[in-house]
Amino acid sequence: MSEKVYGLMAEFHTPGDLLRAAEKISHGGYRKWDCFTPFPIHGLDKVMGYRNSLVGWVSLAGGAFMFLNVVGLIWFANAFDYPLIVGGKPMFSPPMTFVPAYIMMIMGGAIGALVGMLGINQLPRLHHPLLFKKRFEGASRDKFIIVIGANDEKFCATETRQLLETIGGANIEIVEDQE
Amino acid sequence: MSEIANIEELKKLAPPAELRRAPVVEGNQGLGWLTDKLSAFAEAKVPIWWWIAFVPAAFAATVIFPVCLFYQVFTGVGVWGNNHPDMWGWDIVNFIWWVGVAHAGTLISALLFLTRQHWRTTIGRMAEAMTVFSVAMAGLYPAIHVGRAWFDWFMFPIPNSNGNWPQFKSPLMWDVFAVNTYLMVSSLFWFMGMIPDFAVLRDRSTTRIRKGIFSFLAMGWTGSAWQWHNYEKAYIVLCGLCTLLVFTVSSIVGLDFCTAQLAGWHATIFPLYFVIGAVFCGFGMMLVLLTSLRKLCHLENVITLSHIDKVAKLALVSGLIINYIYLMEIFIAWYSGDPYERWVFGHRFFGQEYWYFGWALIAINVCVTQLLWFKKIRSNLVALFVIGLLINCGMWSERFVIVVGSLYQDFLPANWGKYHPTMWDVGLYIGTLGAFFMLYLLFVKFLPVIAISEVKGATPQGDPHHPLGGAPKGGHQ
Repeated sequence: MSEKVYGLMAEFHTPGDLLRAAEKISHGGYRKWDCFTPFPIHGLDKVMGYRNSLVGWVSLAGGAFMFLNVVGLIWFANAFDYPLIVGGKPMFSPPMTFVPAYIMMIMGGAIGALVGMLGINQLPRLHHPLLFKKRFEGASRDKFIIVIGANDEKFCATETRQLLETIGGANIEIVEDQE
Repeated sequence: MSEIANIEELKKLAPPAELRRAPVVEGNQGLGWLTDKLSAFAEAKVPIWWWIAFVPAAFAATVIFPVCLFYQVFTGVGVWGNNHPDMWGWDIVNFIWWVGVAHAGTLISALLFLTRQHWRTTIGRMAEAMTVFSVAMAGLYPAIHVGRAWFDWFMFPIPNSNGNWPQFKSPLMWDVFAVNTYLMVSSLFWFMGMIPDFAVLRDRSTTRIRKGIFSFLAMGWTGSAWQWHNYEKAYIVLCGLCTLLVFTVSSIVGLDFCTAQLAGWHATIFPLYFVIGAVFCGFGMMLVLLTSLRKLCHLENVITLSHIDKVAKLALVSGLIINYIYLMEIFIAWYSGDPYERWVFGHRFFGQEYWYFGWALIAINVCVTQLLWFKKIRSNLVALFVIGLLINCGMWSERFVIVVGSLYQDFLPANWGKYHPTMWDVGLYIGTLGAFFMLYLLFVKFLPVIAISEVKGATPQGDPHHPLGGAPKGGHQ
């Protein structure tokens, strides 16, 4: 089992501490780092420099795909493949397709949102170096953890550790990448 | 000294005690304590009350339910009380009732999220579970009501050599789409909400099997800022879509009725009527579940009296809208001058048959609901439990009045006929109730019954701009 260094991990005790620490790491010029928290922290997106999530667009694409598909299906089924006269109404008219298409748009949008969220987050994933760390279990409980990746250009085992110490990180540990 | 002065000044600016918001969690001792508290029930030994509730529910679900179901499917719809002219009976009454129970769940979890009501974090998960299980029960009824359940696939647009395509212009067809979508979307929403909480249970698990199961369900969730960033977006999108469903699914069920020419059904108010009725009924069920589970699962600090008070107020509001609609229905029946409409509405309360359901509707949905005006009642859990049960009965009566009340006496007296349910109707209803409660009890025992991560985010300790959450003293910079 080859063991490389995945990164350095530091604990913070409150979301406020984490937010301030994240600001300093961001100003420090690091790029490959992330915060791990038990719940979303208000204001962290901005510090991390995330733009609007793409999940909304995936959902829109799913919804639009389903909507248009159902309109097409209804035209194909009731007007083309097996024309069916109901109450003397036209074989096909766009307004009458609205209700089923709208319902299926919701279905498409919902599937798009879930699949988009999982896809963009690269889930499901059965292995993650951090999940082997005993201390990392605190990240789903009451600890706020920052990990600076070893693949960051500025990463240096001593300097990065120092930075984490100065911004108030506790229990700083090396995370191994177990292959 | 300046700090103390600031705090004194802040206290002066703070609203008076009666206007302050009740805390989301009472007696909160921090995030770790909250995590222990919220996951305790899923990790503890199965308590005795759980078995006492589970055994009869499981008996109904695994014995009564399949017996009634298979007998009906193998023999035919004739085993029920449905017969000309009452082609819709308990099956459709129960279908609407179950769809109704589902709606309040979605309303609480989705609409209250969009309106940023933090207190919904504590009851949202329970409400979503109620939605998922009751939609599943609802969906069963139309599927077997068609008579030949093995031809159910005719309802779906599946290409086949007979050229059987659904008739997309019919609201009954829209129902197929609506109920399936509702089941699918509410399940996805429920599941997605649980992913971070599966991770909590994974990290807390002590046995290998538990760890394996929750690792699988959590799908490698680490709670990184990037994951939360996308998760929150997906969550709000799903909330928006679910809110649309609240107003769509029951509207379509309402359209099933109002597109018919029958007196008592042919009214434009029906879609709205069904949506509000559904929500009202669901709040009744929510009151039953919340008041009992808060005590049984020791969640008094989390599902506080203030939250239950809010649910009761929402029940009151939806009840008042329903009362208004009853009044309008009767008024329109009179104002239309249509003798058939007047006949149907008169007979709902003064007919030879089923008048007692009409009065049950007035007694419960109109009169009992008014009790919720009183703060004393809203803070009395036993009273709320009973009122919740009564609302469910009242709304069931309402659906009976609508379905059978209009069918049994239509335009031609020669066409009249009474409706009486058989033991198979009753058995199937008991079976679905059993299945619902069995699934609900399994959920309560084995899954995170409260949205752990959401509740933690709604506490002062989880707010980076609050002193308890680590904000700098003297306010945020």
